[in-house]
Amino acid sequence: MKTKMSALSKLYIALILIFLYAPIVVMIFFSFNASVSTSVFSGFSLRWYQSLLHDTGTIKALTNTLLLAVTSSLIATVMGTAAAVGINAMKRKWIKKTTMHVTNIPMMNPEIVTGISMMLLFVFAGALVHKDNVLGFGTMLIAHITFNLPYVILSVLPKLRQMDPHLPEAAMDLGCTPLRAFFKVTLPTISTGITTGLMMSFTLSLDDFVISYFTQGPSFETLPIRIFSMTKKRVTPDMYALSTLIFVAILLLLVLLNVSQVRGERKLRNKLDKEGA
Amino acid sequence: MTKNTALKRVVSAPYLVWAALFIVVPLIFVVYYSLVDAGGAFTLDYIRSIGRYKDIMLNSIWLGFVATIICLLIAYPLAYIMARTTRNVQRTMMMLVMLPMWMNLLIRTYSLMILLQDTGIVNSLFSFLHLPARHMINTRGAVILGMVYNYIPYMILPLYSIMSKIDYGLVEAAQDLGASRTAVLRKVILPLSLPGIASGFTMVFVPSVSTFYISKKLGGSTFSLIGDIIEMQFKSANNYNLGAALSLILMVLILLCMAIMNRFTGEDDDGGVLI
Repeated sequence: MKTKMSALSKLYIALILIFLYAPIVVMIFFSFNASVSTSVFSGFSLRWYQSLLHDTGTIKALTNTLLLAVTSSLIATVMGTAAAVGINAMKRKWIKKTTMHVTNIPMMNPEIVTGISMMLLFVFAGALVHKDNVLGFGTMLIAHITFNLPYVILSVLPKLRQMDPHLPEAAMDLGCTPLRAFFKVTLPTISTGITTGLMMSFTLSLDDFVISYFTQGPSFETLPIRIFSMTKKRVTPDMYALSTLIFVAILLLLVLLNVSQVRGERKLRNKLDKEGA
Repeated sequence: MTKNTALKRVVSAPYLVWAALFIVVPLIFVVYYSLVDAGGAFTLDYIRSIGRYKDIMLNSIWLGFVATIICLLIAYPLAYIMARTTRNVQRTMMMLVMLPMWMNLLIRTYSLMILLQDTGIVNSLFSFLHLPARHMINTRGAVILGMVYNYIPYMILPLYSIMSKIDYGLVEAAQDLGASRTAVLRKVILPLSLPGIASGFTMVFVPSVSTFYISKKLGGSTFSLIGDIIEMQFKSANNYNLGAALSLILMVLILLCMAIMNRFTGEDDDGGVLI
């Protein structure tokens, strides 16, 4: 029962999209401004894109952000998948429930509370070992892994529940070791959940500002932190240029993903049609 | 077989240790810091001084609540329309809704600030249409607008995902049995979409109440929310103990709001947060 949209529905959707995209359009527009202003347009120019190329601080922040996102999401995915397998096998209900409650905490808690709670721990631990500048890449990595873990666990766990538990048992009856059965049977079945968890972790880590802000040190600056310190003063259009580039990159990625998805579905449908005929 | 499940439980050990160290212990530290003074001696002064921030606290909760309700009112019809269109339109709409979420929140908020300035684009548009100029920046309305703008995708997505699962046959059955449009909405669609409303509510309310960046940029320096006060204690005033006490109260208040919300929707707590 899928229907075509009425004119009123179309208008409604258009208004919401205008609301959602107006600030982004403004940002893209002024990234091409010839002058330093972000509100008066004085002519087209690519100077902010050029100055971005020579801005070593921003480029360093970008590579830092990617480094942090890749390492934290990979570690969180491995640890989280193992955790999900373990949680799924837990027999005693109260242990399972308590573990799930603790897992939910970083998702339910306001980010600012998660951030400062970790900062307090790190500062306290730093004082114990008489180190003043504990905050840096290490503490940010710990923080990012921690807020990524629940998303991995909650994407993998449903896949494990859906899986027929007799499958790995059958593999072991046929002579597989438990480890081999896990890699040959369980892992392929839950792989979509693992991929979702990995993708979510990566994007969350890439975009995180609040938790990073409280666990960062001067030695390691990520892009959101750099943008924050720049928006404290007046922002010059080079930040807009950077955001425009990020926007275009994400847009391309999403379109590609969509196209491949549509293609996959069409292929499947064609195959089914042929088999039916 | 028993050996195998025991083995499986062992692999979760690293996570359990991690969760204890970096989820539970930090929260204990928040409680600890809020109950001691700078020298480490036990004191209730910080918890008592919370009374001074009562107005800011209530104001934050109120603004967050208003923003959440506005998000719900805007997102609900949209999610319904989206769930009822063709597969391709749905896919495109999902992409369009998610795309702004991937942009940095700070940049989006800054850009919104530029739009709303007294000499900004919205006011230029007003004067072009011969409407009187309006002062918008540094008002409560601007802060609410900022919250709605930044967090509305978190309301649209869970609502859409629950509504696309509603069996439309039920709506038709209700109509066949003579239910009016409002009756169908009230008795069929609304109850079936309650879990989506609950998770959307949580996902918008929590970040709205605890924000400090949006209020700083769109509310100006005269306007503080609880997040601003907490941030100040840790980043400029260096009063960790007061900051910890305020965070503790914020956490308790949000948990209370969630408990009330869950009572309304009858949601169980089995990880319904994920979209």
